[in-house]
Amino acid sequence: MLGLSAKDTRLFLIVIAMVAFAPFLMNPFPTDSAMAQFNAGYPDLMQRFVIFGIFAIGFNILFGLTGYLSFGHAAFLGVGSYAAMWVFKLLGMNVLPALALSIVLSGLFAVVIGYVSLRRSGIYFSILTLAFAMMSYALAYSVLAADMDGPDQQGMLQKGLTGGETGLQLTLSDPRVLGQSTTAEGNIPVPNLFGIEMRDATELVLGNWAFTFSAGYYIAGVIMLIAFYISIRIFRSPFGLMLQAIKTNQTRLNYTGLNSRPYTLAAFVISGMYAGLAGGLMVAMDPLAGPERMFWTASGEVVLMTILGGVGTLIGPVLGAGAIKYMENILSKINKDTLYEWFSFMPDGLEGLLVTMVYPFVGKGWHLTLGIIFMLVVIFLPGGLVEGGQRIRGLFGRKKKTETDTPDGAKSPAE
Amino acid sequence: MDAIILQILNGLDKGSAYALIALGLTLIFGTLGVVNFAHGALFMIGAFCAVTLQRILALSHEVAVPGETDFLGNPLMRNVPYVYDWFGEAAGQTIIEWSVPLALLFAIPIMIAVGVIMERGLIKHFYKRPHADQILVTFGLAIVMAELIKYWFGANPIPAPAPPAFTGSFDFGAALGMDPNTIIYPYWRLVYFGFAAVVIAAVFAFLQFTTFGMVVRAGMADRETVGLLGIDIDKRFTIMFAIAACVAGVAGVMYAPINSPNYHMGMDFLVLSFVVVVVGGMGSLPGAVLAGFVLGILESFASMREVIEFMPGINQVVIYLAAIIILLTRPRGLLGRKGMMED
Repeated sequence: MLGLSAKDTRLFLIVIAMVAFAPFLMNPFPTDSAMAQFNAGYPDLMQRFVIFGIFAIGFNILFGLTGYLSFGHAAFLGVGSYAAMWVFKLLGMNVLPALALSIVLSGLFAVVIGYVSLRRSGIYFSILTLAFAMMSYALAYSVLAADMDGPDQQGMLQKGLTGGETGLQLTLSDPRVLGQSTTAEGNIPVPNLFGIEMRDATELVLGNWAFTFSAGYYIAGVIMLIAFYISIRIFRSPFGLMLQAIKTNQTRLNYTGLNSRPYTLAAFVISGMYAGLAGGLMVAMDPLAGPERMFWTASGEVVLMTILGGVGTLIGPVLGAGAIKYMENILSKINKDTLYEWFSFMPDGLEGLLVTMVYPFVGKGWHLTLGIIFMLVVIFLPGGLVEGGQRIRGLFGRKKKTETDTPDGAKSPAE
Repeated sequence: MDAIILQILNGLDKGSAYALIALGLTLIFGTLGVVNFAHGALFMIGAFCAVTLQRILALSHEVAVPGETDFLGNPLMRNVPYVYDWFGEAAGQTIIEWSVPLALLFAIPIMIAVGVIMERGLIKHFYKRPHADQILVTFGLAIVMAELIKYWFGANPIPAPAPPAFTGSFDFGAALGMDPNTIIYPYWRLVYFGFAAVVIAAVFAFLQFTTFGMVVRAGMADRETVGLLGIDIDKRFTIMFAIAACVAGVAGVMYAPINSPNYHMGMDFLVLSFVVVVVGGMGSLPGAVLAGFVLGILESFASMREVIEFMPGINQVVIYLAAIIILLTRPRGLLGRKGMMED
């Protein structure tokens, strides 16, 4: 189907089904049960799953295929966010032009940074991208936030290009030449796709279960499916093979007379555009862009997602993004009272002991769990969750193991 | 003139911290060939050793003050630290006030233990793995360490004051025969710079003038041949890892009065220290020290008001800008050896 091999088609159909039925899949527990807090089926979180999925898919095209470890990918996320924000401010609230500009601008930005950074490889490349991203962060935080044309220009350019520390926000006085500055009720208009507002949602109540279907989630989901499809095609294309050859042995490739730089640059720009798209989508779902999106911890996060899911695999980054965002939102909500509730069936002493033992790993300490899981994955499962899944499958169906083994390089650790 | 001297002095203390961390990073990279992203966390653990010792020394018990009662008629109770009981009140108070320098003695065994455990328990298994894997696993370890510290000590910075003898400022202007009060510099920062110089000199002397150091240097140049000569180079490299951890740790201890320790200071310093290492030249010890001080002073100059007015925001980007320029014009860094990760 669509030029995909049978195996890829199956994977793609599974992902389509997962995205389509996510509101059901993510809400397995009845709303009034004690487990309801493990439900992830609310629009805000599901949108984050797919948006960070896009970000990680794009990062994987660079890191998974070429082995170039960028520690500054969040810069493109930030550029995409600011670009989309300015389209919302100047042009109108339709998300399509905003996303288009996010992709184009972050792509251009990636051409510049990539052209310079890709002159080096290995740790030097990581440091160069980190340096560029931190410079972008510092510029967005302070310099570009300076007054440009004085404060009295429609209040629009008051905070410069990026809005500095508080971030860029929509105001009632933005021009929005193709739309309206204010709605009939005097509110700031909401991002929409030809009239479908991102925050539109219908709720379906089935007995004790409540499922929310949000327009924003499905729009982001469709975009993620397109991005995922393009990534499959890139992985299977001659271009993708060339990128994998760069990862395997760049020196040998150069000795055969091939100039590998254009290929790495293309991969860098494509993955930058994915990041920009993700940034634009974040703004479309929640119209606010701040400089902290470009900080290096944000770049580190996408590295964690990709590794956790499985570097160089198709589905891995999406799984990794989902896992980390799930932990961030669900694990961090567990507090001491919840723990006492869970362990209340135990004798008092044991209950207290268990709560004390578990508490550091949840709530505010969820990063600790993340760090430990991440270390375990890097040490024991270099192929991430995908490799874990394959090993488990290998245990049950020994016969199929040789056939189902990944053809896309999950076994070889990233370099 | 005085403004220039002041900026150089201001750059020295941050430069010292950069140089010490970068020195440790380079030691680890040069000997073990491992890119250690958890090195900033070692710096942070050192700083928290100072905090811990301060808390241990402040442990106290209640004692009734003879002859006095509170308003209910009970004997008046007073908290007396245990050190007062053991050493007498005056000596006890001095010990508490000098807790940060004393923490050096406390931190060195801890850091050696942490270093050995880290190397034997984790890093050892990553020698044969690609650099990206080493970066990733130590990055994970750094997150875990920072979170553990956050769990024990909370998210807020904890002040660890310098001994009262060093709390004032030194008037450089008067000392140099210029107007007084033009160049004022806190004593503790001078101490920090002197301390960094001593540590750096000690590490270089150790590598240069001892047999152990000679073997380690030989191992850095050609690990395999040294191994073939029948020397257990792995064991020595483990010790070098512990020494590097120790250098980062004591740098953290002494930095505690300059910046109150918090759980993310390790990460903050790590990113810049890596830039420093790369600028100095991966694997070059003098390069790391030189680049540390150069970038520290550069940062301090870029923070001058005159410069910021001319180029807003330059103080935040100058280190990265310098790194980009140096990496592109001189690929192996300032003093890097030819062929050392030069790709």
